[in-house]
Amino acid sequence: MSAKSAYKVVTFSGGVHPDYDGKDLTRECAITEAPLLDQYQVIVHQNIGAPPKVIVNTGDEVKKGQVIAEANGFVSVPLHAPTSGEIGKPIEVPGPMGTNVPVVVIDADGKDEWGELMPPIDWKNSDGDTIKDRIRAAGIVGMGGAAFPTHVKLSPPADKKIDYMILNGAECEPYLTADHRLMLEQPEKVLAGAAILAKSIGVENIYIGIELNKQNAIDTLLAKADEYNVKIIGLKVLYPQGAEKQLIYAATGRKVPAGGLPMEAGCVVQNVATAAAVFDAVVEGKPLIERITTITGTPVVKPGNWKLRMGYTVAQALELAGGVKENPGKLILGGPMMGFAQKSLQVPIAKNSSGILLLARNEVVQYESMPCIRCGKCVGACPMNLLPGTLSSQIESESFDLAEQYNVMDCIECGSCAYICPSNRPLVQHFRRAKAEINMKRRAQQKK
Amino acid sequence: MSEEIVNEIKLPNESELILSSSPHLHVKQDIRKIMLTVLIALLPTTVAGIYFFGFDALKVIFYCVAFCVLLEMLWFKMAGKPMSTVKDGSAALTGLLLALNLSSAMPWWVCLIGALLAIWLGKQVFGGLGHNPFNPALVARVGLLIGLPGYMTTWVPTKLMTQTPVTEYSKQFFSPTGLTDLAAGNLDAITCATPLGVLGTTEKILDTTVQATFLDVSSLDACWQYFIGNVGGCIGEVSALALLIGGVILVATKLIKWQVPVAYIGSVAIFTYIISSIWPGVTPMPLFHILTGGLLIGAIFMATDMVTSPMTTTGAVIFGVGCGIITCLIRIWGNYPEGVSFSILFMNALVPLIDRFARTKPFGFKKLIAKGADA
Repeated sequence: MSAKSAYKVVTFSGGVHPDYDGKDLTRECAITEAPLLDQYQVIVHQNIGAPPKVIVNTGDEVKKGQVIAEANGFVSVPLHAPTSGEIGKPIEVPGPMGTNVPVVVIDADGKDEWGELMPPIDWKNSDGDTIKDRIRAAGIVGMGGAAFPTHVKLSPPADKKIDYMILNGAECEPYLTADHRLMLEQPEKVLAGAAILAKSIGVENIYIGIELNKQNAIDTLLAKADEYNVKIIGLKVLYPQGAEKQLIYAATGRKVPAGGLPMEAGCVVQNVATAAAVFDAVVEGKPLIERITTITGTPVVKPGNWKLRMGYTVAQALELAGGVKENPGKLILGGPMMGFAQKSLQVPIAKNSSGILLLARNEVVQYESMPCIRCGKCVGACPMNLLPGTLSSQIESESFDLAEQYNVMDCIECGSCAYICPSNRPLVQHFRRAKAEINMKRRAQQKK
Repeated sequence: MSEEIVNEIKLPNESELILSSSPHLHVKQDIRKIMLTVLIALLPTTVAGIYFFGFDALKVIFYCVAFCVLLEMLWFKMAGKPMSTVKDGSAALTGLLLALNLSSAMPWWVCLIGALLAIWLGKQVFGGLGHNPFNPALVARVGLLIGLPGYMTTWVPTKLMTQTPVTEYSKQFFSPTGLTDLAAGNLDAITCATPLGVLGTTEKILDTTVQATFLDVSSLDACWQYFIGNVGGCIGEVSALALLIGGVILVATKLIKWQVPVAYIGSVAIFTYIISSIWPGVTPMPLFHILTGGLLIGAIFMATDMVTSPMTTTGAVIFGVGCGIITCLIRIWGNYPEGVSFSILFMNALVPLIDRFARTKPFGFKKLIAKGADA
């Protein structure tokens, strides 16, 4: 294909590629709109930063898209009603992180009526702040998994010059295909979203990085990329190709300084799903009330990609996919490398729920951890060029100061080392523990 | 949606869901499979050893592997550790490596002492698999060499070497009495020298007769014999060809860092090339050094032992070069004809230092330092 020469193929150093990536289960499954529910349980705190303040009371009538919780501070975003109906009693339900979380309950009236939409913005002729304010008002957060408020990422300090807007379409997590389908089915939304994001911070260079296992998405975007002044970059199929620092390096050759943020390399990275949400907010005036989620795994009867409103529970989502063939061993929100294992089916979908993954009992890793045999495979796999094996031995003997000297704080917790380790060592857990201990120590020192 | 359909849908049973931290996938590789692959990579040289030295070699291999596994199990029993750990295959691998580092004429009790040295002194006293600083099989080999030098420096010829008429190639490795025994068909008592042993007994002076010896032992015909393995020595070190096949298996399955053997063999080649070019009477050309003695088994299978070699690739290069230089120093100027075991053990001891020196720089680290310097 002639288009092949139209983009360059790049990568980072390190990384792993799972033997089976599970993407074949849902790669061909078109995005389907999920049916309306009788009741939605919308998690109040769906963003990193301060939780928004609920402004509706039991018994209030709300319209679809109406603000039900207001942003509380700069690093916070508002929350919107996923459908029209009546507000129920506030309750707590099991949250994605294992603790119970407060939710706003909406008993749907079945009409699914929009409230007043925000006026469309002529983004090509508007200033950055107008766009940023809209992005914030629409409640948009990073939809790749982090749920970091998007407008904050778009507001670098005045002395930081941003040269690149990079969209992450790598979708390097195995099993997930939501971003793939989005790029394939709604390429213009993604491209225009990218252009809007770039416009909001006055950036000319716009890249979208896509792993080569999504060739049809690359071709689809390439066909229209020029209209939006967007460059498509092919990424070698390697996990964690979509990690911010690795993506920036692959795309621009710039290295984000250790301990630093992407803006220090003059880059802002956004997920493709976030870009599509930005398009909806700016051009159509719609707030973020739904997202595309991959419901997949070998035990699932009918794996697929669904457009789910916030407040769908995992159980309801799994019913859409026809339930399970066999009892699974694990339920994961997100992808298998960085997602979170769940104990309850009553967890509601949030803005960052890119996938609901079930692993069969025989797919669940439950090996005994052995001593480190110093094979060095983790060293080769670490995208941050750390020494995971050495670090884990240091942490096992509680030498946190030593681990800090060996740069454990630079770990991005991608799990490549733990994936490859022949001794099945719980490396990522070790690093999380060390980071927590070191952060605790640093906070204690700051207080003094 | 009608209710009947909803009822048919089966949802996961919450009580059976396993909670654990990410990542939730794992590569289909574990210690057992690694050990098994290394054993497979050792198969060519094991078969070659049995082919050249006969049933005696098989006996030594059997003794060493059995003793190592039994002693490991005995240790677990005494230490109250789970017996299942022996299934990781590391004791069997150590046993095979030990046997391949012994002469086929070794009596069973020497094998037992070797296994004791390897498993108990070399490995378990340090805390077992993953914690031993020295290669266990080499601890045993060197321990035996110091304690029982007679057994460890007596070599038997390969079956091909004792075939009559004795070839000119073979003759250089037999003593005059050995040749008489050979002619009389008195094969049981016959011993031979190794190529490195022949060098060890020649005086290293700038003398034309010495150079003639060098030419004999490092002639193309002799090197071909070393390559296929028709030479006296340890069971597993004679056939360069079989060892190289094993090396290819290990590199292809990414179980060893190729930098170790390449740096090791390369530095031996360069070092001996320089020395033999400057003083032709001191040592033969590099090809001789590469193909004889324990260099190949050492460089491919012993120095690459994961537990006792550096973790980073830079460290691996330093380690390999260090092994190579020490091997040459011992071979050319040392009292022992062979220096592979000593050099690897010596470098094993330096691994913590090398690891410290050859630390990787975290991604993006340089810039941060530069920035800090500016500020």
